[in-house]
Amino acid sequence: MNRQNNISQGVDYVVIWLYAILVAIGILCIFMVEYRTGTNWLQSFIGGKTNYSKQLIFTGICTIIAMLILLTDSKLFTAFANLSYILGILLMLSTFVIGKNISGSKSWIPLGGGFNLQPVEICKIFTALALAKYLSRQETDFTKFKSQVIAGVICLLPAVISVAQHESGMALVYFSFFLVMYREGLSPAVLIIGFSFVALIVSTLLIEPNTLAIILSVAALLVIYLSRKTIKKRKGLLYLVLVIWFACVGIQRFAVPFIFNNVLECYQSARVYSAFGKDYDCSQNKRSAKKSDKTPRKPDDYNVRQSKIAIGSGGFWGRGFLKGTQTRGKYVPEQHTDFIFASLGEAFGFAGSFVFLMIYLFLLIRIINIAERQRSTFSRVYAYSVASILFFHIAFNICMTIGLFPSPGVTLPLISYGGSSLVSFTILIFVLLRLDADRQMVLR
Amino acid sequence: MSVFNQSRSRVIQIIFAAVFLVITIQLINLQLFSSKYKLAAENNAIYRKIIYPDRGIIFDRKKRALLENTISYDLMVTPSEAKGIDTAALCALLEIDTAEYKKRIRDAIFKNTSVKPSVFEPLLSPDMYARLNENMYKFPGFMLSERSVRTYPYNTAAQLLGYIAEVDTTFLRRHREEGYEMGDYAGMNGLERTYESVLMGQRGIKRFIRDNKSRIQGPYENGLFDTVAIAGRNLYTSIDVEVQQLAEKLLQNKIGSAVAINPRTGGIIAMVSSPTYNPNVLTGNARRKNWGRMVMDTAKPMYNRAIKGQYPPGSTFKPLGALVALDEGLITPSYGVGCSGGYGACGGVYVRCEHKNPGHAANLRLALANSCNSYFSDIFRKAIDNRKYGSTIQGYLKWKEYMNAFGLGRRLEVDLPSEDKASIPDTSKYNRFFGGARRWNSCSVLTLGIGQDMMTATPLQMANLMCIIANKGYYYPPHFVDSIEQETDNDTVLMGKYRNKHIVTRISDSAYQAVHDGMHDVTVYGTSAYIKIPGVEYCAKTGTAQNPHGKNHSLFVAFAPKDNPKIAVAVVVENGGYGSVAAGPIAGFIMEKYLNDTISTAGLARVEEVSKTDLIPSAIKSWYQRKDIERQAKIALEEAAARAEEKEETHKASTEVQLEPVSKPVGGNDTGNKTKLIKSSLLLNDEKRKRRDTGKP
Repeated sequence: MNRQNNISQGVDYVVIWLYAILVAIGILCIFMVEYRTGTNWLQSFIGGKTNYSKQLIFTGICTIIAMLILLTDSKLFTAFANLSYILGILLMLSTFVIGKNISGSKSWIPLGGGFNLQPVEICKIFTALALAKYLSRQETDFTKFKSQVIAGVICLLPAVISVAQHESGMALVYFSFFLVMYREGLSPAVLIIGFSFVALIVSTLLIEPNTLAIILSVAALLVIYLSRKTIKKRKGLLYLVLVIWFACVGIQRFAVPFIFNNVLECYQSARVYSAFGKDYDCSQNKRSAKKSDKTPRKPDDYNVRQSKIAIGSGGFWGRGFLKGTQTRGKYVPEQHTDFIFASLGEAFGFAGSFVFLMIYLFLLIRIINIAERQRSTFSRVYAYSVASILFFHIAFNICMTIGLFPSPGVTLPLISYGGSSLVSFTILIFVLLRLDADRQMVLR
Repeated sequence: MSVFNQSRSRVIQIIFAAVFLVITIQLINLQLFSSKYKLAAENNAIYRKIIYPDRGIIFDRKKRALLENTISYDLMVTPSEAKGIDTAALCALLEIDTAEYKKRIRDAIFKNTSVKPSVFEPLLSPDMYARLNENMYKFPGFMLSERSVRTYPYNTAAQLLGYIAEVDTTFLRRHREEGYEMGDYAGMNGLERTYESVLMGQRGIKRFIRDNKSRIQGPYENGLFDTVAIAGRNLYTSIDVEVQQLAEKLLQNKIGSAVAINPRTGGIIAMVSSPTYNPNVLTGNARRKNWGRMVMDTAKPMYNRAIKGQYPPGSTFKPLGALVALDEGLITPSYGVGCSGGYGACGGVYVRCEHKNPGHAANLRLALANSCNSYFSDIFRKAIDNRKYGSTIQGYLKWKEYMNAFGLGRRLEVDLPSEDKASIPDTSKYNRFFGGARRWNSCSVLTLGIGQDMMTATPLQMANLMCIIANKGYYYPPHFVDSIEQETDNDTVLMGKYRNKHIVTRISDSAYQAVHDGMHDVTVYGTSAYIKIPGVEYCAKTGTAQNPHGKNHSLFVAFAPKDNPKIAVAVVVENGGYGSVAAGPIAGFIMEKYLNDTISTAGLARVEEVSKTDLIPSAIKSWYQRKDIERQAKIALEEAAARAEEKEETHKASTEVQLEPVSKPVGGNDTGNKTKLIKSSLLLNDEKRKRRDTGKP
């Protein structure tokens, strides 16, 4: 058995094909965004000046990285999991010292030659490895509360750092690890409470405070009435319902306004509000009021509005490759990175978008299937991490472009322009493939 | 191991699928059920450029162009592209200094951003254009943009042709369905207004794709949806430009009006309202300068007296009085009255006559030639008190019906906007005036019979009346446009009313002949005997209308030649005195010019003399004097202010030099500094303006 056979043996080709298709679509989309009539596209593809040509170079780099990963031994990843996590955290911290400010967030490390590295992207891999390592330890008993807290800290430490770097969108992605932990035995209550909390905040924004308070009270009374027989037996339930009711009302009356007015920046509050079709009055915002006496900026949903116009104008079959006027006119800001889905939706319409979504969904389901066929906990946890991270990225990004969610600034995996993003997703996926190829081994 | 919690893998897959389902639903909502986004995208990206066609040309009866389109050029600049050019060279070409250059660029950026083209210098003179055109390649960011401007080679017929101007919001509101847009030009008066739909042609539209900064990216769908501009169609009028020029010249230094019509067709040969203006002062960039002055002028040069001026017709009405009586069968041409210097049958009202000798009104022909007031008072009373109709009111109503049939007291629907109908009073007006229907009779309104009292007519109506008499009973409504190039069905409808013969009376030719003979006698031994047209016999009637505001108006109506008339004329000179003195010669020369195509050498000297005769009322003259004094005072003040400004300018320039190195832009901040600079300069200008304003009395 020679080396060549060793690489290809057991590698899941379906995932590799899906990966290749997505990267190709990505380059196509970036080309569509940058293309000007009359330019020699072949020349500019090779030239390395344009973004699509740069993305092509990144793809080349990624291919080499992928080969290298497939050539390594799976044991390497378990061995270096904790070390790489520490390295990742240090890298993230170092941005506070040597970081470069790109579009408002100081989370980039300049590499020279016009290339920059965003540690928070790379750190996702390390966190996934570290979580897998921790959960697969023999001595970890994940049913214990203490282990759950430690796992939570491992996941959320990079998130906290990236919030400090004003890169709150990426921080959200780290919450994807809770899905993994749920798979590994975390109580569904955590997810349900988390989801309910988000629902409560959203309804606070949508419904008048007093109306919402009445709705909550009615709901509480209804629960008490329906379970009055149980309550007669167990007084505790009544108190529980009352505490929950009190907490909910407290959150919607005081906590949410407090967060929007005192914790978040004006523009962040405005973005959240505008995602639900509301205007945020910046004069209430204490943080921006303290910082400057300037009149606060008007809530600006220009990006999302233009992006919705682009996608909406696509219709069923789309306006055709290179024919989208929104894309050609550069009406959607950041249309080669965060808002790239808008160009895709405009050019290829509902049909194209739907096929595109199905490719993603197929990839996600495939990864979960891979996860479930692993023998070692490490591989399984890691595979779930990959699926969850991809899922969060896709969901947040597309929901943002179609106006379902405030724009957090996360990239569309494998499609958006950007070396950091592409390389980190490549590593993420190919490490999984390497682990999957060795699924017969039990890794610790 | 992995068996533990395996069911949760299903839950996670369901979560994934659920979120994708939500996304898909939103996509369906956006892409399949919301049409507004497609529209919004088009509004964003498609720039519609209107291609203006050439407006149609208006020709006179000998196919001479009364107005033409000339291309004028605007120098446009796109500030963001006009960087690093040889400013000094451009300024030298434009004959401005660099400070002015900077100011204009700043203004352009301030008003229209730096990426869109703005007008740098409008309407370049031809030699400036020639100089610039050679050198344009040196100045990227600058370009020459065409614009069509009307010019008037004959400097004449301003009030008839009207003018074109940029449409305003009121115009847009009124003509909402016709597709005008802000910035379009449209005919605002005269023939330009009436025939706007013919002259304007059809605008073409080109569609371009633009980007988020409104820069043009290229044609939309390779011009698939573009439409071609179709040039406006030409108008061929009955105006004779030489007659028109002559008439304008003759009416110089007078306030009044002249109308000449071809009775065979109703085509108007000339129409003058004096004072008039040179149409070239209202085109291109001259318009802004002159408009205010023209509107404020007390003599109203823009007011077309030929269709709006209302004058009592005086004695020129007498032929019509005779026609009414003849048509009713009340008199025959041989009917006569004995007049001994006045009409006294009404007791209280006595109408004086110019003639005393017996027999001067022995028949219709003599009465007309001698303009006998008694005769026409008598036949007027006969018409009003006609037994057939029972009462004065009924008789009067019948008489009024005649007046309207002859085109008085109603609009003739000439093809100019805002024609006035003048006045043949209604019975209700007299009832109010005399305090009841039974309180007045033919004697109360007796002077209507000699064209006075409350009756008025416009010069056009008087000329039209002459047409009816010349034609012996019919007319075509007076109009300018004979034919439209490539006439369409719509145009035929529009022109139809002018091709419709109106027959007015059933009077026999012989009765008409008596009227013609009487009017011919006027020119032989009557009031206009000294006005002759070489080689042509003509018929005329003078009129001297009493005017409560000052000297009598001078009126003259005529047609020529006597047999087979080719031209009918009406002339009114306000405060001109006797009809034969002021208005008569003007009408005579108009007819001579039209019929003989030239004016005799003796006549030419007389033309000069007439045109120099100054009959403008003193009130208007003193108004002009007052305005002149005011204007001079204003000019003196402005000069003083300009001198003060010059001093300031040099002062300001030096401060700017000091400021500039300090405010040198750092990084991306240079736009901020630029706006600050602009704002400060604007403030300075405001202050200066205020100071100058307060300096004025």
